[in-house]
Amino acid sequence: MIRAALLCAGLLPSLPATAASPHPDLTIGVASFPSTLHPEIDPDLIKFYLLGLADRPVTAFDAAGRLVCLLCTEVPSIANGGARLEDRGMAVTFHFQPGLQWGDGAPLGAEDLAFTARVGRDPNSGFANAHTWSIISRVDVVDHLTAVMHFTEPNYQFDELGQLLPAHLEAPVFDHASGPAAYMQQSRYSTSPTNPGLYNGPYLIAGYDTGTRVVLERNPNWHGRPPAFDRIIVKTIGNTAALQSNLLSGDVDMVPGEGLGLTLDQVLALQKQQPDRFAYAYKPNMAYTHIDLQLDNPILADIRVRRALLLGVDRQSMVDKLMGGRVPIANSFVSPQQPMYSAEAPAYPYDPARARALLAEAGWTPGPDGICRNAAGERLSLEFSTSTGVRVRELLQQVMQSEWRRIGVETIIRNEPARTLFGETLKHRAFKGLAMFAWISAIESTPRQTLSSGQIPTAANNWGGGNYPGFHDATMDADIDAMEKELDPAKRRPLWAEMQRIYAEQLPVLPLFYGADAHVWPLWLKGVDPTGLQVSTLHAEDWHAE
Amino acid sequence: MVGEGPPSTPFAAPGKGVDAGLRRHDGVELPEVPNAPMTRFILARCAQAAIVLLVMSFVIYSLIGLMPGDPIDVMISSNPGATPEVVARLRAIYGLDQPILLRYGHWLAAALHGDFGYSRTHAQPVLTVLLPALLQTCKLMLTSFIVSVVLAFALGIWASLKPGGIADSVISLFAFAGISVPVFWLALVLILVFAVTWHVLPASGVGTVGDGGVTDQLRHLILPVTTLALANIGSFTRFIRAAMIETLRMDHIRTARAKGAGERRVVLVHALRNAMIPVVTVIALSFGGLFSGALITETMFAQPGMGKMIYDAILGNDFNLALTGLLFATLVTLLGNLLADLAYGWLDPRIAL
Repeated sequence: MIRAALLCAGLLPSLPATAASPHPDLTIGVASFPSTLHPEIDPDLIKFYLLGLADRPVTAFDAAGRLVCLLCTEVPSIANGGARLEDRGMAVTFHFQPGLQWGDGAPLGAEDLAFTARVGRDPNSGFANAHTWSIISRVDVVDHLTAVMHFTEPNYQFDELGQLLPAHLEAPVFDHASGPAAYMQQSRYSTSPTNPGLYNGPYLIAGYDTGTRVVLERNPNWHGRPPAFDRIIVKTIGNTAALQSNLLSGDVDMVPGEGLGLTLDQVLALQKQQPDRFAYAYKPNMAYTHIDLQLDNPILADIRVRRALLLGVDRQSMVDKLMGGRVPIANSFVSPQQPMYSAEAPAYPYDPARARALLAEAGWTPGPDGICRNAAGERLSLEFSTSTGVRVRELLQQVMQSEWRRIGVETIIRNEPARTLFGETLKHRAFKGLAMFAWISAIESTPRQTLSSGQIPTAANNWGGGNYPGFHDATMDADIDAMEKELDPAKRRPLWAEMQRIYAEQLPVLPLFYGADAHVWPLWLKGVDPTGLQVSTLHAEDWHAE
Repeated sequence: MVGEGPPSTPFAAPGKGVDAGLRRHDGVELPEVPNAPMTRFILARCAQAAIVLLVMSFVIYSLIGLMPGDPIDVMISSNPGATPEVVARLRAIYGLDQPILLRYGHWLAAALHGDFGYSRTHAQPVLTVLLPALLQTCKLMLTSFIVSVVLAFALGIWASLKPGGIADSVISLFAFAGISVPVFWLALVLILVFAVTWHVLPASGVGTVGDGGVTDQLRHLILPVTTLALANIGSFTRFIRAAMIETLRMDHIRTARAKGAGERRVVLVHALRNAMIPVVTVIALSFGGLFSGALITETMFAQPGMGKMIYDAILGNDFNLALTGLLFATLVTLLGNLLADLAYGWLDPRIAL
């Protein structure tokens, strides 16, 4: 009756018209919306997902973790002469592919790199990655296709180059802006995000409805393989349960797995319910879930207690039961996917007997209630925090609390909203015991922010840095410095191995597991090949319907 | 004889007035009522509203300022090379190094000139972000408000005609279900039934890309409007039912019946008007709340309205947008109260303004 009423009212969908392709459009559902599409401001994951469709970086990592050119002809290296040391720094030459164009037909090349560096070098630019640009002293434009970047110091990531800014559109805005804050407001990415000249990818931003959806259409000036879809619609649905319903109803065709849509447990449940309706893919990613330990706490300052805590939790069982065994256990901060992963770092398989022995050795013996006490009669009790609302982490927390109780460690759960945990508690190192969260890393990303003693947040450094445990190790500091300046990957490898060894031996942080991207797409969609290393949209021109 | 009715409010103190000798629609002569000039009343309420808005703006600004983190934290969190000097300079650029009172003063001075600042999380002027959200909220909330009020009046009156009867029991059950069921769950059930199972309505969004016609927009409004309406109808129905039952027992209703007035006239003219006064209070206050949006419904159905916008702005430390959105919601609430006061005077002339 309701159906009939809707039909009478003309509100039922009309029958699909016969078309050349049964799937001219692809609708992607995500749970967030970008604050801006400016490639260098606000490092939103959703923004990079969209830019993968619309705006290609100069270089990117392939599925094997190798750096490849998307806009250049050859990745510069010391071996091929593209990079060389000079004075106290280095010079790196990028050769752009001929014929590259922005979406409005303007040529793309060395001038755009020079302009991007000019904006990025402004210390007030508000660029998310200001440090990288700040060590570039100048960019020489040799010709339209050749640019030489001069670094003030050797930098091992000299060959990684992200999205460029279109000088023909943005330079007039930047030159006339009264300051960087004004530039961010007046940038065409803010004032006219559908301007085709801002993008160079297979698709262009054709519609930008704030908070709702982004519509992309084919770029007529795209230099690569022609994309298959007339339109890609990226629709924002903030609630993941509603997002799942939209997937089931067909209102969205696919949900990406880069942490933008459904959680791993939701996709696992969906696959159980609808095993044949969608294609599913689980790819280990660069996220790394761990527990930061407050090393100023006298209990946790004892390395035997830290090791006992890690030995006392059965991470493999947790992963198997709560995450379908889809994510790998972590032994250090470097994922096995990374080229610099070292298998030699000590591992801590579940061993509650050894954990109890270590606690006893540290002077903690079980009391009448099973909780350990030291000679002074103090209980082995620790606060354990994570951000509220992340269901899997809250479940993990309860499992670990139970397992630690079995070895005589009491944990008191004290969770906080993400904003408070990250904006206040961790930032000011105000947590008293354990804090569980995840870092999102990248291939060969320096651990300076999280493990260097210079990155311990203090009032003196304006509470900057992410070394929340307060870890201080002179060898680790020296290795980070040396690694960042070492240009030869073969010579960097032992430095990475030593850093992983120090981390696993000292355990300033309890490594838990790496993440996994859980992708869902329709069976008719082919060519999707997520790597877990970078956003899957970087190869969207290969996506097609069958 | 003075007919039974709602008690006089403090505004209804005896005094001179031009309404002396006014007769009510049922022929009963009304007493003299004071006559505070309407314009003076409205001006006074506007002045009150301005003061409330000023105080609220400061309170909201201060509360947002006290929240952990600021926009610069976002920048330096991904920038391990940001030195304290760079961070200090960025704070100065954004004015975050100034005391909150001074920052508030700057914002207020600009706001009085119509400049509500720039939304950090949308990289656009605040009004550019707020106006489309407001339009969407108007479409969604006003439609659901009208639907829920109309249906609530129908159901509330019907239930009051025979308290304890079958109709009353069924309507009360429906009303309590509406009050009790979580909006989140209701939205999911509607999506599952109408979008996932029957495929007759879209599960989310405001329109189809490439269509966007009125019919298409209406189709996208049906489920969120139904969700909101079902959530509101319950409480409105209960209020109307209770007010009508009380009114229908009053002497003037008995008198009207004794004088031969038809049952339809007794209920819809004599009883309903008297019963409206407490109901108007509830509805007017709900009306104000409409413009702060319905966060859950907007999130579930991907409707970019005021509720979602304000929530995201607060989480994103977007001072200007959150502040302007909340102030607008406050303003509409005050307007709702003003309308309620005016409605009292219209419904019962003894209530002087």
